[in-house]
Amino acid sequence: MQTAPKTLFDKIWEQHVVVPETEDTPAILYIDLHLIHEVTTPQAFSLLRENNLKVRAPQKVLATMDHSTPTVPIGSLKDLDIVSEKGPAQQIRDMMQNCEDFGIELYGFDSKRRGIVHIIGPELGATQPGKTIVCGDSHTSTHGAFGALAFGIGTTEVAHVLATQCLLQRKPKTLAVNLNGRLDKGVSAKDIILKIIGQIGVDGGTGHAIEYRGDTVAYLTLEQRMTICNMSIEAGARAGLFAPDQATIEYLHGRPMSPKGVEWDRALRVWKELKTDAAALFNQEVDIDVAALTPMITFGTNPGMVMPIESIIPDHKGNQSFKKALDYMKFESGKPLLNHPIDVVFIGSCTNSRLSDLRDAAKILKGRKVAENIRVMIVPGSQSVKTEAEAEGLDKIFKEAGAEWRESGCSMCIGMNGDTVGSGKLAVSTSNRNFEGRQGSGSRTILASPKTAAASAITGSVQDPRKFEN
Amino acid sequence: MKEIIKFSAKTVNLPNEDIDTDQIIPARFLTRQTMVGIGECLFADWRFNKSGEPNQDFILNQPVASDAEILVAGNNFGCGSSREHAPWSLVDYGFRAIVSTSFADIFKNNSLKNGLIPIVVDSEIHQWLFKHPGTKLIVDLKNTEITLENGNSVSFPIEPFARYCLMNGVDQLDYILNHDSEISAYENKQQ
Repeated sequence: MQTAPKTLFDKIWEQHVVVPETEDTPAILYIDLHLIHEVTTPQAFSLLRENNLKVRAPQKVLATMDHSTPTVPIGSLKDLDIVSEKGPAQQIRDMMQNCEDFGIELYGFDSKRRGIVHIIGPELGATQPGKTIVCGDSHTSTHGAFGALAFGIGTTEVAHVLATQCLLQRKPKTLAVNLNGRLDKGVSAKDIILKIIGQIGVDGGTGHAIEYRGDTVAYLTLEQRMTICNMSIEAGARAGLFAPDQATIEYLHGRPMSPKGVEWDRALRVWKELKTDAAALFNQEVDIDVAALTPMITFGTNPGMVMPIESIIPDHKGNQSFKKALDYMKFESGKPLLNHPIDVVFIGSCTNSRLSDLRDAAKILKGRKVAENIRVMIVPGSQSVKTEAEAEGLDKIFKEAGAEWRESGCSMCIGMNGDTVGSGKLAVSTSNRNFEGRQGSGSRTILASPKTAAASAITGSVQDPRKFEN
Repeated sequence: MKEIIKFSAKTVNLPNEDIDTDQIIPARFLTRQTMVGIGECLFADWRFNKSGEPNQDFILNQPVASDAEILVAGNNFGCGSSREHAPWSLVDYGFRAIVSTSFADIFKNNSLKNGLIPIVVDSEIHQWLFKHPGTKLIVDLKNTEITLENGNSVSFPIEPFARYCLMNGVDQLDYILNHDSEISAYENKQQ
């Protein structure tokens, strides 16, 4: 009997079904890797304690601290109370206690491998093709870049996975996003995903898992694919995936948690099968002309309110929510944003804080100075990224340009521990959300690529990076 | 978990589209370790001005919102961050259901695990509700329908297992734990 053609998503899903879905009950889906951090786990651990439950598979949990950790250097935990706000400091201590009590290895303050959970998973080789990966964080979609089925969950579900290594799930629909053509100079992966969100809308992917396909994929590095998958959730999608290929294999080879020896050979055989069958159908398809893209910037208070950097802000056409967003941003329809003065530049977050992002920024900042009265904060995604960047001298380029160079963490993307834009201030940020107050109460955010952010840092205004690319 | 079968409650309208979970509860409150009292952080940056005084322009601070237990919100409610603090704060504040034309997936999942019912209606009903602020709605999980004050009843979609759990006070974790042997069998097969 011939089996029906399947998508990559279908294949991973089916391999993880413990109990199949029925009309009355969702599937029980097995989770291979559970990433946890300090902010969305305390209540889950409390739930385990109240019910006298253990963590079923501590070896399948990867724990770190990123969301509310301070990004100023601290030598030891004793310094925490000096540099940290009280709430986050307590949360950090509780995380250490929880991991100790439940036998979970924690990449804590003393670890050279600490960092943003979505940066260290791939970096350590814990993220692998074909795995199911979850985390109490919506940007878990990042790991789909490796051909893993990865999605964000709530804290109750974190408790479910800790206790059972499983989740109750209804199978989502599938959406193919076909990427065609090569990126032009000065244009980045960030611009691709911003374009997609603008085209399909912030709820265009709701109820769907996206597979990114098309001839562009062969030209995208894993770091670029991660940027794209990362913001799949900003289009409402449950997950975003790229089929694994030679680039995926090369990225994972030799990583600390990658399979070794015969296990590696076995993994390669399995990973080769992880692709959508030629005749498989998606519930929806969308085409994106990557070659025609120019740098993208947001102008409103969600990532779907986005336009090419040279455009003018569109008309609100009487839409009250759109109008409210422009009022919040203090922007007007019909006006350009190019050369608009800014206060802050943030380069970091799980979207854009990997080595290639920092290199992109450094290339533009090298030998130049950031504009006066502009605060520029550059936050590497992990301590490993920090070390690698420093080995290349990127930190010197940033500091000489007048930017702040920090320890790793989510930092100004979520603004939980002092790293905030400031009320009323306008930031060009490489993060993923331009929601009202996302980067601290009253903050106003323009989302852009690291190249656009670096160019804007130099002029102190929204700037086209192509001006600085030779 | 308390069983929920049918209830009647007053609505309050918040027609903004794409209300994200950062608005429902800003990140600075995510350091809270418990759910009790978290309702005071709900819509904090909309409810309060910079000095911490209630913002009288915001609907939840107006008399029309008093006793309202159903929030009628614009399209794509609950997008953004996966923080379960969003439904926790809505529930702790006193909301029992949210009505919209669509919900973000993670928010919807999180709500159903906390006894907060996401009710999807078509744009016609949605507009009717916006035109009748403070109207009474009957939410009936048994028949999966809402009844408007004008007597019209419309059905709403709800994931059948979540509905069963809400109506019977079943904890979903217990359900998964009951499948321990299947989980072990799956794990053994993978090794």
